[in-house]
Amino acid sequence: MKSKEEVITEHDAVIRVDRLTKRFGDFIAVNELSFEVKRGEIFGFLGANGAGKTTAMRMLCGLSLPSSGRATVAGFDVYRQTEQIKRSIGYMSQKFSLYEDLTVKENMRFYGGIYGKTDAFIKEKTNSILDQLRLQKEANKLVGSLPLGWKQKLAFSVAIFHEPRIVFLDEPTGGVDPITRREFWNMIYQAAKTGITIFVTTHYMDEAEYCNRVSIMVDGRIEALDTPKELKKTFAAATMNDVFLKLARKAERSGD
Amino acid sequence: MKQFTSFVKKEFYHIFRDRRTLFILLCMPVVQIVIFGFALTNEVKNSRIAVLDQSNDLSTTAIIHELDASRYFEVQDRLHSQADIESAFRRGKIRMVVVFPQGFREDLDHFNKAQVQLVADASDPNVATTLINYASAVILDYQERVTDDKKLPYSIQTELRMLYNPQQKGAYSFVPGVMAMVLMLVCTMMTAITIVREKELGTMEVLLVSPIQPLKIIIAKAVPYLLLSLVNIASILLLSVFVLDVPVNGSLLLLIAEATLFTITCLVLGLLISSATDSQQTAMFISLTGMFLPTVMLSGFMFPIENMPVALRVISNIVPARWFYAIVRDVMIKGAGIEAVWRETLILLGMTLVLLFLSIRKFKIRLA
Repeated sequence: MKSKEEVITEHDAVIRVDRLTKRFGDFIAVNELSFEVKRGEIFGFLGANGAGKTTAMRMLCGLSLPSSGRATVAGFDVYRQTEQIKRSIGYMSQKFSLYEDLTVKENMRFYGGIYGKTDAFIKEKTNSILDQLRLQKEANKLVGSLPLGWKQKLAFSVAIFHEPRIVFLDEPTGGVDPITRREFWNMIYQAAKTGITIFVTTHYMDEAEYCNRVSIMVDGRIEALDTPKELKKTFAAATMNDVFLKLARKAERSGD
Repeated sequence: MKQFTSFVKKEFYHIFRDRRTLFILLCMPVVQIVIFGFALTNEVKNSRIAVLDQSNDLSTTAIIHELDASRYFEVQDRLHSQADIESAFRRGKIRMVVVFPQGFREDLDHFNKAQVQLVADASDPNVATTLINYASAVILDYQERVTDDKKLPYSIQTELRMLYNPQQKGAYSFVPGVMAMVLMLVCTMMTAITIVREKELGTMEVLLVSPIQPLKIIIAKAVPYLLLSLVNIASILLLSVFVLDVPVNGSLLLLIAEATLFTITCLVLGLLISSATDSQQTAMFISLTGMFLPTVMLSGFMFPIENMPVALRVISNIVPARWFYAIVRDVMIKGAGIEAVWRETLILLGMTLVLLFLSIRKFKIRLA
């Protein structure tokens, strides 16, 4: 068991998880998870439904307290420093979208305000995002009037509006066409280049190929954690899909 | 603080951009007051009656004339025989038949006693009773005038005084009721819906992961509806005083304070409902059948609580609107001060605090 000092001097890990566990009565949803995520990494967090992904993510986002084990997110402890964690992370889920009856600008001003950003910052950041996405003309239009693909991209931009160190993406590309998915992942790459760490869960195995490293959860434990290339080698599989199938077949739990 | 104002601003955007709902929320009290005030009234006016006059003498003619002249009756038909009575009712337009037997005047002169029969359609018993009472009053009035010079052995004069509401206007009892209904509907249902909508949209998750405290979220969502309710209270009071002639006899300040307290009670109820469900439809359903309906039925404004069976009387005690209705009625109509309503106020306050405690606890549990 490493001492606290040794853990801190290790390489640039933004998420450190050490034997993290979550129990609901007799049921162990997350069983002694241990892993690290490096700064600027695109980390894929895979697993079937019921494997414990969402529970693990909720603990890392400061939404639920672990039963045992330790974890730090952006250097803050998940037990005692959840407020600081929340200030340092962004979040986007499949269901999430901006408020349809507010304009693009109003949405950004709202989330900027929630994260305590100054008016100057909000103004500048809003313009830069609109430039980047080439949506300057739509700035004052209601989000509800935009096509779905743009909404998704805007949602991602808003999730990282406050320039967090880590952004958690919970199946962000569900229900989106392949072209938009490709563009979405371009945005993720761009964000990773600016130093934001991406923690993404997905069901699309081709997206797993885009990640720097991938972990696969089965029945509350991590059964595999490596780069996609190495995983395919280890499991003698041609695609991540096959890797996943080989591991997931061992699962006893299924469905949330 | 900036977080809070950003949030309240967003909530106002939501409310004002939903034009249809806003229209309903602001116009509903106006419409209800007008409908209750003018269209729905317990008074019975211009009821159509028929007369079977088998005497056709001076007295019967005089009485019939009095009945027709009163604003309560309109003599529609003259019947010719007993057999006509049944068919007159069957046709559906007549609510009462006045029957004078033969020799009415003679009986009155010679025997000091004559009979009149009032036959009323009791399929609506309240209306029937009212009509019979009105008609009896007219006849009694005539009798007193005619027998004025003759000495009766004794007579008991009863003098009636209707306190606080001498004209017995129905409006007096339902202005407080409409206030309770409107506040319950706007605050409870809309607050519940707005919170649940965030859950349905998936934005609630994002908000919970953000640095804003859940308590601020709730308060920011409640504030616009609090303000909207104050506007509604103002419009109800203005309409009552200037259009319906229902005065505010007590302290206006006390009235507004109590209304604000009840508004908060309703907002907290909305919060509690929102933590029980994830679907807007369910939230609306619970608000309507669980809160609104008991408010209308058990608050005492449509049906007196004293008339209810014991079980319902007990249940009505946990309906917040029941206490609010009593308070408003006392303050507005009777002009009572805080000394008279402090008990009810305390009960309402206690309910609010208990509900607040429960809903905050429930909210926190869902987070973990």
